[in-house]
Amino acid sequence: MKHIKKAIETVINNDRHSGCGECQTSCQSACKTSCTVGNQECLKEIRINNKEIKQD
Amino acid sequence: MVHTFSCLYKDFAIDVESGSCFEIDSLTKALIEQKNSLDIGDFLASYAKAQIDEAKLEIDEFIKRGSLFSESNFNFESTPIDQVKALCVNISHKCNLACSYCFAGGGDYHSKETTSKNMSLATAKACIDFLIKNSGNRYNLEIDFFGGEPLLNYQTIKDAVAYGREQEKLYNKNFKFTVTTNALNLTEEMIDYFNKEMHNVVISIDGRENIHNKARPDLKGGVTFSKVVKNALVLKKKRQTSYYIRGTFTANNLDFSKDVIALADLGFDQISLEPVVLPDNHPLAIKEEHLPILLNQYEILAAEYQKRKGTDKAFNFFHFNIDLKGGPCLKKRLSGCGVGGEYLCVSVDGSIYPCHRFDGMKEYRMGDIESGIKNKEISYYFQKSNLLTKPHCNNCFAKYFCSGGCNANNLEFGGNINAAHKISCELMKKRIECAIALKVICS
Repeated sequence: MKHIKKAIETVINNDRHSGCGECQTSCQSACKTSCTVGNQECLKEIRINNKEIKQD
Repeated sequence: MVHTFSCLYKDFAIDVESGSCFEIDSLTKALIEQKNSLDIGDFLASYAKAQIDEAKLEIDEFIKRGSLFSESNFNFESTPIDQVKALCVNISHKCNLACSYCFAGGGDYHSKETTSKNMSLATAKACIDFLIKNSGNRYNLEIDFFGGEPLLNYQTIKDAVAYGREQEKLYNKNFKFTVTTNALNLTEEMIDYFNKEMHNVVISIDGRENIHNKARPDLKGGVTFSKVVKNALVLKKKRQTSYYIRGTFTANNLDFSKDVIALADLGFDQISLEPVVLPDNHPLAIKEEHLPILLNQYEILAAEYQKRKGTDKAFNFFHFNIDLKGGPCLKKRLSGCGVGGEYLCVSVDGSIYPCHRFDGMKEYRMGDIESGIKNKEISYYFQKSNLLTKPHCNNCFAKYFCSGGCNANNLEFGGNINAAHKISCELMKKRIECAIALKVICS
């Protein structure tokens, strides 16, 4: 590709994103006034990546 | 919908519905804008037809793969649930600082009845019981000790945490405790304790010494910067990660990138600096006319972030964190912070409010921690609000990152929780553009 130099392709709405509710509440992380939900991490994915899936 | 933008002297595109992000050349940017029915004038005139066709082919390739101009393909209905996973516990309404912009009104929040009071241990334990009882099958539960200044009720924090550790074993739960402190009274004993028990520690410092001292004096008007920084550096040295230095910028320091950089130069590497929340008539309020300066500040900050990345002076800026390949699930992106539903605030007297911003506002009192939520209408009012109920978000590229913004801000400045707070929106969009640019460049 010459014109599209870099691509990070993803699909927000797929099976991986199941809504398990175990992730951190965004207001608890740092800001308390200007929440950015999109910068939170999916705890389920972190566990899977770390092979710590026993809690799921 | 595809949003194009320039940042750090490069061009980018984000496909809103899929979340895919691209670094593109200026020709591709123009072609995408043309597809978005934007007027690009005679921009294409300087390009050969072969070049244009080549770029169009690349765009088409990503369209076929569902990564450009993708369509929304989900159904979502907000079904209120009576489950809680996080509490902001205002463990003390007392404070040993007199910050000029305090949204908590110096600790009394919106009610004089709870001014300068500490939460009792019985109420703090009731918070633990309430959360366990109302959390359904959720394993991870969160409690943030907030205030006022939580360290002014330190022993109650310790006793409540000890009780929580007992109870989590009995009920197969995992408490993640956080404390937000001004660090004025932070001792090494407290630091060691927090390092053992706290999932996260948030320390309030506003950046440069003169900025901090002016905004965050003690109760006698004395300076606090040196003592706070000294204590915070001890915590950072002993803790290393899972902490944030969280500051506030106001109309008094519109050049706030200097404050983030000052904090990084002090040795802190986990930094969050937030716009102040104040009514327009307050002398420190952020106003619409400040926006051009502030947006440029995020760009300056992004450049400095990029320059320092990989060096021993690197820092992490909270709003530049973004996970473009994963991140939160769609449900979370649509439903937002959970205010009034899975996230609640408990005041020092045990009253339950939708979040910390509503503490003391009697019309939003939902119940009390002993007998539970009695006014479920308030909970459902918040839970029914989501990204799809906010008309101004429909055509916004940032919607799956900000989730419709802070409902308390929307209510305070827009009159209802589904309204937009323009200043918050503009700052959010710029932060997300910078975050995407940094992530794509560094990928």
